[in-house]
Amino acid sequence: MDAIDEQILIATQDGIPLTGSPFRDIAQRLGLSEEEVVERIRLMKEKGMIRRFGASIGHRDIGILANAMCIWNVPEERVENVGRIMASFPEVTHCYERPRRPGWEYNLFTMVHSYTREDCEQVAARISESTGIKDYRLLFSEREFKKTGVRL
Amino acid sequence: MIYLDDMDKNILNTIQHDFPLDIHPFQKLGEELGISEEEIIRRLERLQNEGAVRKIGPVINRNRVGGSSTLVAVNVPEDMIDEIADCIDEYPEVSHNYLRPDKYNVWFTLSASGEERINEILKELNRKTGLEFINLPTVRLFKIGVRFNIK
Repeated sequence: MDAIDEQILIATQDGIPLTGSPFRDIAQRLGLSEEEVVERIRLMKEKGMIRRFGASIGHRDIGILANAMCIWNVPEERVENVGRIMASFPEVTHCYERPRRPGWEYNLFTMVHSYTREDCEQVAARISESTGIKDYRLLFSEREFKKTGVRL
Repeated sequence: MIYLDDMDKNILNTIQHDFPLDIHPFQKLGEELGISEEEIIRRLERLQNEGAVRKIGPVINRNRVGGSSTLVAVNVPEDMIDEIADCIDEYPEVSHNYLRPDKYNVWFTLSASGEERINEILKELNRKTGLEFINLPTVRLFKIGVRFNIK
């Protein structure tokens, strides 16, 4: 990432203005054309520095109130296979393997968002059924203290 | 809760992933959805003011732009939750922070310039609060693609 890319990320990370030419100010400040700014964003997306460029949704504000972190205790040799199966569920938005810690044996983490807790529970039950992983828990978020997303 | 008509839902489902990268993105979006640029902007202003849209911008991959991220768990006594949550949120490196009652009840993500910085923050938090912070960095990533199907 060069200094200009970094400046573009810093200038846009809290949101672009809702105007006809939202990249004009940034372009002027950085001495680029608007086309160059857009092209650099497109390239950063292509290279994976930006996962996506678009709207972050206030899911609670629109009624998607249930948000469960499902944690799974998966035998080491099955992690690769089970991780792939879990990731294939459209309701699963994130799926990670994380390390076990003393007194903490859950090593696969999946996030499920839905309108109700029951929905989330049903999704987890279906995942459990198709993977055979029986040792799991659902941690529902009861409060959101912060959600800014990754910032530079 | 925010009222959404069909066009609002259509806009929200589209702009999570297919926001047009164009110098006039809202005009382009209007063309795709069959409404004017003015109407798109007017609707987005309302959606943003009311919280349905937090922002329109880049979702940065910390690990690709030089840096690391992790998930941290901590067990906070009930009567200290607000105080500790504030203390955690003070760090600009904290990107998400939730109360999820379980063995550990406060869960937050950290995204920093590097692992050293993450360790430094966790050490500092431990010093300030006396609590044990469990660092759970990603070992393998199978999926990341938050997309809400708004019905």
